[in-house]
Amino acid sequence: MNARVSSHSPTDNATGPRGANAGVRAEDLTIHFATKAGTVKAVDGVSFEIEPGETFGIIGESGSGKTTLGRALAGLLKASGGDIHYGEHTLGKLPRAERQRLRRDYQIIFQDPHAALNPRMTILQSVMEPLEILKEGDKSSRQRAAREALERVGLAPEIGRRYPHELSGGQKQRVNIARTLTVRPKFIVCDEVVAALDVSIRGAVLNLFAELQEEFGITYAFITHDISVVSHVSDRIGVLYLGRLMEMGPTGAVTDAPLHPYTQALLSAEPLPLPGDQRDQRRRIRLEGEIPSPLAPPSGCRCRTRCPAAQTRCAEQIPEWREARPGHWVACHFADADGPPGPVR
Amino acid sequence: MSSETLSPSRASGTPDADQWHEPALPMRFLLWLKRDPRASISLLVLVLILGAALLSPWLAPHSPSEQNLDLILAPPDAAHLLGTDDLGRDVFSRLMYGGANSLYAALLAVIVALVIGMPLGLIAGFAGGWVDQVISRVIDTFLSFPAIILAVAVTGAMGIGLTNAMFSVGLVFAPQIARLIRARTLVVRQELYVDAARCFGASKARLLIRHVLPNAIQPVIVQSTLLLAVALLAEASLSFLGLGVQPPDVSWGSMIARGYLYMSIVPEQMYAPGLIIMVTAVAFNALGESLRSALDPTMKGHG
Repeated sequence: MNARVSSHSPTDNATGPRGANAGVRAEDLTIHFATKAGTVKAVDGVSFEIEPGETFGIIGESGSGKTTLGRALAGLLKASGGDIHYGEHTLGKLPRAERQRLRRDYQIIFQDPHAALNPRMTILQSVMEPLEILKEGDKSSRQRAAREALERVGLAPEIGRRYPHELSGGQKQRVNIARTLTVRPKFIVCDEVVAALDVSIRGAVLNLFAELQEEFGITYAFITHDISVVSHVSDRIGVLYLGRLMEMGPTGAVTDAPLHPYTQALLSAEPLPLPGDQRDQRRRIRLEGEIPSPLAPPSGCRCRTRCPAAQTRCAEQIPEWREARPGHWVACHFADADGPPGPVR
Repeated sequence: MSSETLSPSRASGTPDADQWHEPALPMRFLLWLKRDPRASISLLVLVLILGAALLSPWLAPHSPSEQNLDLILAPPDAAHLLGTDDLGRDVFSRLMYGGANSLYAALLAVIVALVIGMPLGLIAGFAGGWVDQVISRVIDTFLSFPAIILAVAVTGAMGIGLTNAMFSVGLVFAPQIARLIRARTLVVRQELYVDAARCFGASKARLLIRHVLPNAIQPVIVQSTLLLAVALLAEASLSFLGLGVQPPDVSWGSMIARGYLYMSIVPEQMYAPGLIIMVTAVAFNALGESLRSALDPTMKGHG
């Protein structure tokens, strides 16, 4: 954040887009899709800032708009409203060529490691491709870079001769990581990167992400539905529900003392490795029903249809996005610094 | 976590850089033929037919237009291996000479169809929106005509002759190709690897050529070999109608057309050209099928 304050005009930045701070800021970001049934408000007014070098966890159920948000952060989707800022640059206002140059710094790794690799290209061809696109170096230097990247993610470079279908899921995800590493990105959106992997190799892949962050100072947006994953890797967490942030704050604060009833319910849905009679039964809050359709989100607070603490005000008024504790934001009428409202009954 | 646990496979060491290259193309081609007997047999058949057609001026026992009116519609004998036709011409020699025209005609039609159909289908499928609408409606319009009527009309407009006739057959085939590749493109353009390449800043041309085309072309390869067979028959139809090869030139189709006139007396007049068309068509199809599996890395070893 400090770096951004120091230079407001892009022209101050002698190094051009590269070398600028890699912080990412979403400002009232809205992404709507027009469908036959109406407008899907996948992301509906989300603001947050990811500071350089940090890991920002975005957690949400399926249908919360987290994947849409991730694709927008990586520049794959256009914002319908609001904007995304890469350091000093506003994505929507950049001329095409400039955006193309910035793009390499802002990457995404997808949930499905297999689908992200062209089945007709060898692993080496796939890993070399980004450098080919950027016209960096010649063929042999690209091959060298690709092999180094494969080694860096813990794969034998011989694997480059194979095709994606000959690799395991974990290997393929490492290949995707290696491919992204070749362009030395500053920011990577990790969209459910371990969800498709066996539990046994998740830890290793998550550790790889952590190592790479330490080594290259990469900033992450870590998108997941899995609280244990997100609390393990993130510095801060944002909780997304129906395209809006419900709560955002430091990981410890959000997981230990959540402010929003929805976060509380999410946390209590996490299975505990304890026999039933030893679990804290009072913490158990069940979320009733399914996430409502983003075609017609509930009025007022979107959470109210499933919230145990909902009152009439929740249907009438959209809760304000406010800082209930220092650095800990919440969108709930009744939450205060002491915690979320209790159930109404 | 220490890096050892991350890299169980790292112990295998760095390979020699030169071993990275796949074998050269001719070598891979030979390996393919060795592995896939269907491919080698069909290719052998096609090479034999093509060789006989191209070398017919030197190999054929008779001239294709040399008439022997004392010996018409004769059964096979030592001088005329496949007998003679209604003007006493040697059927075997005409078959060899006709092959060149027939193969040229079939290839021309399919190449025209590919050159017109593939870019149209790719662009329609990839661009979507009004571009797709316009191209698709034009395709639908062409597909709504009976194929042979359309070919006859186009040939009539362009002028009679084998090249014009087959060009119009190619035009008639083009919408089929366009539709096929459009449908595949619609699927492939949604694939995650296309998004991944886009995220690295790949241009539209690159996305199309490196990612969409190789993954969308498979059914087109098979369809092309089927169309080669259909084109052989279309050539026969158009020549039969008098729009294709003009006498004294000869093609397999025109031989069938001529034999057809005497079907009730000597049906065997149609056997030789009919059989050679069938063999060629089957060989094209088999080759296409083998080619398809050879080009698909996920099918290697299942061949």
